[in-house]
Amino acid sequence: MRPEELLLPTPQGLYSPAGDFFVDPMRPVARALVTHGHSDHARPGHGAVLATRETLDIMAIRYGEGFAGTTQAAAYGERIEIGGVAVSFHPAGHILGSAQIALEWRGCRIVISGDYKPGADPTCTPFEPVPCDVFISEATFGLPVFRHPDPAAEMAKLMGSLALFPERAHLVGAYALGKAQRVIALARAAGHDAPIYLHGAAERLTAYYAGAGIALGEVRPVREAKPADLAGRLIICPPGALADVWSRKFPDPVTAFASGWMRVRARARQNGVELPLVISDHADWPGLHAAIRATGAGELWVTHGEADALVHWALLEGLQARPLHLVGYGEEEVEAPT
Amino acid sequence: MNRFAALLDRLAYEPRRNGKIRLIADYLRRTPDPERGWALAALTGALSFRNAKPGLIRELIGARTDPVLFALSYDFVGDLSETVALMWPTPEQAANGPAPPLSAVVHAFATLGRSEMPAVLTGLLDRLDETGRWALLKLITGSLRIGVSARLAKTAVAALGTLEPDAIELVWPGLAPPYEPLFAWAEGHGPRPETEDPAPFRPVMLAHAIELPDFAALDPAAFRAEWKWDGIRVQAVRAGGVTRLYSRTGEDIAAAFPDLAEALAFEGAVDGELLVLRAGRVQSFNVLQQRLNRKGVTPKLLAEFPAHIRAYDLLADGTEDLRDLGFEARRGRLERLVGAHRGARLDLSPLVPFVTWDELASARADPAAHGAGADAEAVEGVMLKRADSLYLPGRPKGPWWKWKRDPHLVDAVLMYAQRGHGKRSSYYSDYTFGVWTEEGELVPVGKAYFGFTDAELLEIDRFVRRHTVNRFGPVREVAHAPDQGLVLEVAFEGLARSTRHRSGLAMRFPRIARLRWDKPPREADRLATLEAMLQDPLDASPPPQGHAR
Repeated sequence: MRPEELLLPTPQGLYSPAGDFFVDPMRPVARALVTHGHSDHARPGHGAVLATRETLDIMAIRYGEGFAGTTQAAAYGERIEIGGVAVSFHPAGHILGSAQIALEWRGCRIVISGDYKPGADPTCTPFEPVPCDVFISEATFGLPVFRHPDPAAEMAKLMGSLALFPERAHLVGAYALGKAQRVIALARAAGHDAPIYLHGAAERLTAYYAGAGIALGEVRPVREAKPADLAGRLIICPPGALADVWSRKFPDPVTAFASGWMRVRARARQNGVELPLVISDHADWPGLHAAIRATGAGELWVTHGEADALVHWALLEGLQARPLHLVGYGEEEVEAPT
Repeated sequence: MNRFAALLDRLAYEPRRNGKIRLIADYLRRTPDPERGWALAALTGALSFRNAKPGLIRELIGARTDPVLFALSYDFVGDLSETVALMWPTPEQAANGPAPPLSAVVHAFATLGRSEMPAVLTGLLDRLDETGRWALLKLITGSLRIGVSARLAKTAVAALGTLEPDAIELVWPGLAPPYEPLFAWAEGHGPRPETEDPAPFRPVMLAHAIELPDFAALDPAAFRAEWKWDGIRVQAVRAGGVTRLYSRTGEDIAAAFPDLAEALAFEGAVDGELLVLRAGRVQSFNVLQQRLNRKGVTPKLLAEFPAHIRAYDLLADGTEDLRDLGFEARRGRLERLVGAHRGARLDLSPLVPFVTWDELASARADPAAHGAGADAEAVEGVMLKRADSLYLPGRPKGPWWKWKRDPHLVDAVLMYAQRGHGKRSSYYSDYTFGVWTEEGELVPVGKAYFGFTDAELLEIDRFVRRHTVNRFGPVREVAHAPDQGLVLEVAFEGLARSTRHRSGLAMRFPRIARLRWDKPPREADRLATLEAMLQDPLDASPPPQGHAR
């Protein structure tokens, strides 16, 4: 059989003819499987949604309880039959509740990675390679210039700046879902035990993470604090707020941005960032290679990001590979919704 | 080298002007001579290494990485030095020894022959970390691009003591790295450095662009007006048998204009515009550009494109420095000097008479009818100079203003996009746009890569990624149909016929004025509208490449 009978790209997203469902569709559909809660993958308005418990909770926080007609929670590793296709969810290590979705039908197994990262992250279950015939990968950082440094070393830069400028507020731009909580956890691991202040956009999601048992220490809403009292404090906000009038009320702020994009200087400068922190929730170039090899897949499809480079590498490796050029993914990091 | 690399790294991320000055001044204070002098030379763009070419760097990285992956990475990062610094494969074994000091690096690259260069550069790249590699490559290729102007670096030198930045500007043309006398003077333990050049460059005075609200605060009686000529700003200096033609950045361009240099006979320093005149008539910039584009200076070129100076200021009369006089007093001396000058290569830029701002606005709108006559095509607006303005280096706000003619505007449709370089790198920021032909097809009429805000850049970038219909290497074709696409309001300075473009037209200095999300592509402009704007229908010259002055 051809893998396309099990899964193929369409303008709405990846569609399974065999099971009659979509994965991470960008427009409302009758039945959707969702890899994780970022808004470019998890959209409201589907008839039925199958996702991990955490992803469903996150969608409810962002879109309201009625975000889909019906919902069903999938536990990691659980096998669910949909129209003869065996579906299972596996940890992707991207954010809390993020999953890769494995589809199996007539002896062919396809794994849709969603967004993922190998490597340690105290805020989510680590990535697990799933053996398959076709692996569908993202390529957000699919270029050899992207080699993410140790996040602890990046956090040490922030700690160093806090020690050097105790009179300045430290604003860290971080996406409200996932990155914000990871930055807090990394700061705690680096020994920062003062209260950490939150922009309104990240409040509910951070409370949800804490409720899920992730140790984040004391976090406070920044709107309840007097700006003058925030000298030497860590404040987490959406990246878009860094350049906003909002950021100017703080005492002589140092603007930091936690993102894999900070590896490229122009990106940091375009955002007016003084302290770039290369902390990413996506696989870097060597990480992509390791993950792809670990699946043992003979065929690679690349959804979005720097697909051309990753496909080129895969062809050199002797894999079959092609870019899907799916439009619309990778936007959460641009829009940073609240 | 490590300290210099750390300085460049911090400067690259420091957005505030005062923060940059403090970083540079701190470095200069804590770094001994001659190290700091070489750093200052690098920051002011005074270093160039003939044998360290981008081509060499491409060769070195090409031998170590896959060419396709390098090309894709370079396209994304948009900066050769940074791409190589990030991709350089770190050697298995740590290379020997610490990085050499900056002075040793500068000395090595200044003296190395072409054949020794690759091995030395490779050795250094293996020893440095990412930041060090980036700084080294920036240094030797001479394009730092870290948001530090020469002026800013000099301001940091002034901050070492109590000097004014302008005082540094005035002595700067006579100085050479590593600037030990300058530092001694700035720190208050040495005399003011004096130049020994008989015909030195004098830092030029520049004007701010005036906005309509500015006029309310200005008294027309306090100002004099001149035409703003669309040529090349030039400072002609003659003293002791030496003739120099300095560009506005102080580069001597006399070798490219021997006809002009030989024809000058005054003693002093004249500030003016270099133009091409034929039969006493000023030619458009388009014509001047044709002389600038030629490599060799041939007798034919000299005959076809005779160079000329239209003078508007006098900085030195003989050996007397006039820069501390007011504009009107300098103007009187200039008129006398030009009046006494023999030959047709030097004339006076006339004053534009006016009493009210409205009268000046009329002159600006129609220079031909207000004294510019047949030369009006080379007028790009008017200059306003306070009658009492001293000649100050740099761009002081208040004494001089430029009031350019309004640009032409056209609504065009975005057709292709490519990732940009430098500041705009990694986003789709180079746009090819087109207008409709009579047959209802879009034909490309130009390319623009600035004019939009950072927020607009993100919007266009997203539009491009979402509406890509085709990929040609790094170029993306975006949807451009009558009812789907993005209309760009494009501003430009002029239009000429071109055989290089399919549309037969070339725009001068095009930039994005506005994004017209509200406008369906079918309502964009037509080619016929542009053809009607042609300045000089007979001029079938190659297109100007957009010059920044």
